[in-house]
Amino acid sequence: MRRALITTGTTLAGIVLLLSLKPHESTLHNASAPLSTGDVPGPETRASQPAGPTATSGNGTFIGDAVQTEFGTVQVRITVRDGALAKVDVLRYPDEDRKSVAISRFALPRLTERTMAAGNAQIDTLSGATYTSEGYRRSLQSALDQAGVR
Amino acid sequence: MSAESSLRLVEPAMGTVFSFDVRTPATDEIHAALTSAVAWLHHVDALFSTYRPGSQISRLGRGELTVGECAPEVREVLDRCRELSEETGGRFSSTPAGRLDPSGLVKGWAVERASDLLYEAGALDHCVNGGGDVQTRGEAAPGRPWRIGLAHPADHEAVAAVVEGRDLAVATSGTAERGAHITDPRTGRPASALLSLTLVGRRLATVDALATAVFAMGEEAEDWLRSRPGLHAYAVTADHRVWSTPGFPFAAPLGAPCHAV
Repeated sequence: MRRALITTGTTLAGIVLLLSLKPHESTLHNASAPLSTGDVPGPETRASQPAGPTATSGNGTFIGDAVQTEFGTVQVRITVRDGALAKVDVLRYPDEDRKSVAISRFALPRLTERTMAAGNAQIDTLSGATYTSEGYRRSLQSALDQAGVR
Repeated sequence: MSAESSLRLVEPAMGTVFSFDVRTPATDEIHAALTSAVAWLHHVDALFSTYRPGSQISRLGRGELTVGECAPEVREVLDRCRELSEETGGRFSSTPAGRLDPSGLVKGWAVERASDLLYEAGALDHCVNGGGDVQTRGEAAPGRPWRIGLAHPADHEAVAAVVEGRDLAVATSGTAERGAHITDPRTGRPASALLSLTLVGRRLATVDALATAVFAMGEEAEDWLRSRPGLHAYAVTADHRVWSTPGFPFAAPLGAPCHAV
């Protein structure tokens, strides 16, 4: 098992570099038991849960810590067979995190002609809820059109 | 181009007002295309108006015509409606009040086509605004993208944000002018979670139709939008809060609302 750990440790170091992980966080915590397939832990899960008897055989599946990188969370799973690294699966890619980038929320701004002038944001046209012909007459779009046609 | 050399035209049609703003220096070809674009809008109105008993869409709805007997545009629009309905899980409907009425698609689709006519005639920089639904092409001036104000839902004299970009389609659905007129086709009840919903994409036909559908989604809108990376949304909720999707093309510095919490 020691050899297995060294092997996986070395390989992981390579992965770690590739993925810009923090090395001290990506070490495997006391290599443990094969995890049931499909058992993908959340970001807080450490790799040390299900205990198992495989330490002597050098076989098993191990999940590294979820690591925060500047691109998002990365987490890998390795499979060791006969003391050698057989497979590496990346369980979490940064892209998954990007998709969940929070929608931003804020108070409703009110930009008047003056604030827009101050911000140097002359507008060319206006998008608003469908206006009737009457609504158009009262709209800023009507004013913009008059200014342009004049 | 300076405003002096721009070509402007305001045309009432389809119960609203269309504004053309061409910033490419006008040529005979562009003038002709503008005339064609205006004629196109009235042609679309004649085919699709649900207010005219003699329009093809009215007659189709009453069963006096088959789709095969209608102009090819009618089939095109109805096919698009079907796709949009599938894409939105039924939130977009060509029979929103129980009778045939593809109006949720027709205006944006007509504006997009009018914009194409101008573009093909060499007007690479222009903006067509149909009752608040906007298709821009190119730039407002060399090196300066189009800036589109988003109407403030409670103040006719103000805008709530400014969008900036090239080749953008911007559509807003809301209750500001006509009250709670958008019903959720799945429940039959008026959608009331949002005051207004602005979608930004590239092509107005889809963007306009989806703005209505996303408005009807209310609180489910955020989840649905996550699977549509090409669409950006800005929503004003009934309690005057705002949310926007990541990457919404706010014009700097005014639109960037990070300070306005």
